[in-house]
Amino acid sequence: MNAPLIGARIERKEDYRFLTGAGQYTDDVTLPNQSYAAFVRSPHAHAKIKSIKQDKAKKAPGVLAIYTGEDLSKLGGLPCGWLITDVNGQSMKEPPHPSLAQGKVRYVGDQVAIVIAETEAQARDAAELVEVDYEVLPAVVDGAKARAKGAPQLHDIAPDNTCYVWALGDKAVCDAAFAKAAHVTKLDFINNRLIPNAMEPRVANGSYSRADDAYTLHVASQNPHVERLLMTAFVMGLPEHKVRVVAGDVGGGFGSKIYLYAEDVAVTWASRQLGRPVKWTSDRSEAFLSDAHGRDHHTIAELAMDKDGKFLGMRVKTTANVGAYLSTFASCVPTILYATLLAGQYKTPVIHCEVSAVFTNTTPVDAYRGAGRPEATYVVERLVETAAREMKLDPAEIRRRNFITEFPYQTPVALQYDIGNYNATLDAAQKLGDVAGYAARKKASEAKGRLRGLGYAAYIEACGIAPSAVAGSLGARAGLFEAGEVRVHPTGSVTVFTGSHSHGQGHETTFAQVVADRLGMPIENVDIVHGDTSKILFGMGTYGSRSIAVGGTAIVKALDKIVAKGKKIAAHLMEAAEADIEFDRGVYQVKGTDKKKMFGEVAFAAYVPHNYPHDKLEPGLNENAFYDPSNFTFPAGTYVCEVEVDPETGKVKIERFSAVDDFGKVINPMIVEGQVHGGVTQGIGQAMLEGCRYSDDGQLMTGSYMDYCMPRADDVPSYKVDTRETPCTHNPLGVKGCGEAGAIGAPAALINALTDALGVKDIPMPATPQVVWNALQKKN
Amino acid sequence: MAVKVSMKVNGKAVSAEVEDRTLLVTYIREHLRLTGTHVGCDTAQCGACTVDMNGKAVKSCSILAMQAEGAQITTIEGVAKPDGTLHPMQAAFKENHGLQCGFCTPGMVMNAIDFAKGNPNPSEQEIREALDGNLCRCTGYHNIVKSIAAGAKAMAAGT
Repeated sequence: MNAPLIGARIERKEDYRFLTGAGQYTDDVTLPNQSYAAFVRSPHAHAKIKSIKQDKAKKAPGVLAIYTGEDLSKLGGLPCGWLITDVNGQSMKEPPHPSLAQGKVRYVGDQVAIVIAETEAQARDAAELVEVDYEVLPAVVDGAKARAKGAPQLHDIAPDNTCYVWALGDKAVCDAAFAKAAHVTKLDFINNRLIPNAMEPRVANGSYSRADDAYTLHVASQNPHVERLLMTAFVMGLPEHKVRVVAGDVGGGFGSKIYLYAEDVAVTWASRQLGRPVKWTSDRSEAFLSDAHGRDHHTIAELAMDKDGKFLGMRVKTTANVGAYLSTFASCVPTILYATLLAGQYKTPVIHCEVSAVFTNTTPVDAYRGAGRPEATYVVERLVETAAREMKLDPAEIRRRNFITEFPYQTPVALQYDIGNYNATLDAAQKLGDVAGYAARKKASEAKGRLRGLGYAAYIEACGIAPSAVAGSLGARAGLFEAGEVRVHPTGSVTVFTGSHSHGQGHETTFAQVVADRLGMPIENVDIVHGDTSKILFGMGTYGSRSIAVGGTAIVKALDKIVAKGKKIAAHLMEAAEADIEFDRGVYQVKGTDKKKMFGEVAFAAYVPHNYPHDKLEPGLNENAFYDPSNFTFPAGTYVCEVEVDPETGKVKIERFSAVDDFGKVINPMIVEGQVHGGVTQGIGQAMLEGCRYSDDGQLMTGSYMDYCMPRADDVPSYKVDTRETPCTHNPLGVKGCGEAGAIGAPAALINALTDALGVKDIPMPATPQVVWNALQKKN
Repeated sequence: MAVKVSMKVNGKAVSAEVEDRTLLVTYIREHLRLTGTHVGCDTAQCGACTVDMNGKAVKSCSILAMQAEGAQITTIEGVAKPDGTLHPMQAAFKENHGLQCGFCTPGMVMNAIDFAKGNPNPSEQEIREALDGNLCRCTGYHNIVKSIAAGAKAMAAGT
């Protein structure tokens, strides 16, 4: 029998191909007779299109075709997958979202035309020659300003540019709690807009076979089946079985590759018109303009406490800028994935949250790593830390006084936490970050003329998205289960097909560990296949830290069926009763005897069924399963950040960053640690470096790596990370998910440390040296 | 205008007629179909296109193919031994989980090998500074730094 694989640091199966240049990313796929597309994009944030002249472009070398909104006018708009119902019981406003502009453009980068040519350079050259006559309209980029009287209006069906005003919780009860408070802490801040920047830009390569009357779309996507469903059913009116979507190796996603984008539709549609494959590869400048952005909240938040710092209530009012159109999941991010997390790790008895979602002349905003949960954690953890300072309480102590300690726990904001141990992660984080030695380090910093600060963030997230019935009752227009198939081959090796998608997470290893462990075989005997609708039975894809909790469980459910069928076969082979057969890591044994059959022997018997219970069983050993979770999972943890500030320059150095997470059962600690490192770095990026800026007239000011400050290796420290385990109670692996935690917890931890160092109540993100220096000048 | 370019890529002599504006990275990816070299930006910031040219790591997006006339180029496809054994730096990335999505990885490895040639025992700070021209969005650099430290040692030891 092999050593247990669950919990083992196994090197990744996928690494060899990535390290040798053999990965097959979407742009690496070039089809016979390939043509290339470039998009004409709006240079204005808001304008009417008066005319589009194509003559010069059409005559340019290599040009095959040019299509505009007029050509695509019969296609449906890009749909939004989540219906939010507003405070008055009305449906959110869903303006049309055309793949190519229909007479009007609403943000810089909005698609106006697609130009297709023999080479990529020819397509780009010709796109420059398309003459679009615009009547420029006034624009608005700020969420609050967009709702003001007299603001430019983006969509006729959305007065005051308001998509919805939505609320959760009982306002009157909440107000009553505030009336009794001994102290109220209030903050007013912006959760800065971010641009995801997966290192692989988006790519879409559509083709059409007249012989099969079928399309294939190679696309950098996190969820090929969802992409197909949205494109066929809502936009193109095609039967799903006539469209194959392939997402091979994908170079990072972070949310930005969940959505159905206009370019994907345009190249697929055009491939049939032209009778040739059409490939579009985004350059980075286009990615800045056209990939869905993240965050962009303006929030006023209040926390009411009694005299001992016990939380009595929380009131939150947020304006969420959703950009010019509703992207695929834009509507649920600032509502369902945000307000429901405002209890955090605490027994706050009443919470009220109101969210106004607003259209502006900016790139659409949607889920970006964490999606609503980083924004919620920032609200809660900035309030808690600020409250501790105002009430002269130790920030760890105020947390302990309010921690939820009994489970299951029903929050006042709809979620029911199944399990957790928040004191355990806080204790461990304090040790890992040597909080006991902080006072001495602070003194040493002061002696050098430096300012030192320490901050906590005790985050919670809802992952394992999602119980379909719950999601449906909240407005989801899709199920959120996952599918998996375990195919055992005659000689006993296994291919697993999963609806989850790996774009860096290492599923090919983690999932194989789960399967090999259960079946008692070397991990080399298990391959994981994902990312192709023609191979995988179905899938909802990867986002919301759902892969292991939902996709992994679907595989386990299929394994259960394999093991159960194997028991029947083994019972027959050993002439024993099925009830007497035990299975443990690859061995079927008759209880209380030494009679046994190896899994491989049973698999062989299933495919060479000479001695086989044909009256009871079909031959073969292949099972699939769909798994719909009964609840969300609730990863939680504490991050402790320590910074040192040079008051002369405003430069901030992260001296220590310690993260202790409870992800439930950990399958591969090496991979989990990697997820935390990456997430924390994105969180640090949000807090210190990254911030999307538009000029008042809607020009993107941060449209390249020269202007948008990505975290680089010397901006961040090495991290200390550890885990504590309270296994999830409602999935068989006891897993919770780990993909987003870092990005959720890090911004609050860092800003808490920085405001402590500076002795200020608040500082805006990104806290660049200039922002820090200005804050110090203002204070002094 | 079409120009003729000739160079040695991964030890093999290659030549082609290309447009004069063709970048080295375009030549490598589109003409030679060596797609391990990636394009992650358009401002020479991300380093995903890094290759070795005449013994030095260079960003192949910032060089015209014709500027590489007569050069010796090594791409990520030419780094492992012909029998498939990984170069010590590649092996170090695998052992230390120095990659996730893999897109920045070829550029990271090409830059790391060049760096390690002159720095057999680099400090963490030296490694972080050497990575200034390479962006990664997945790993937070933590394990890349560990990988390069281990890879540099292994290269120095000749393993």
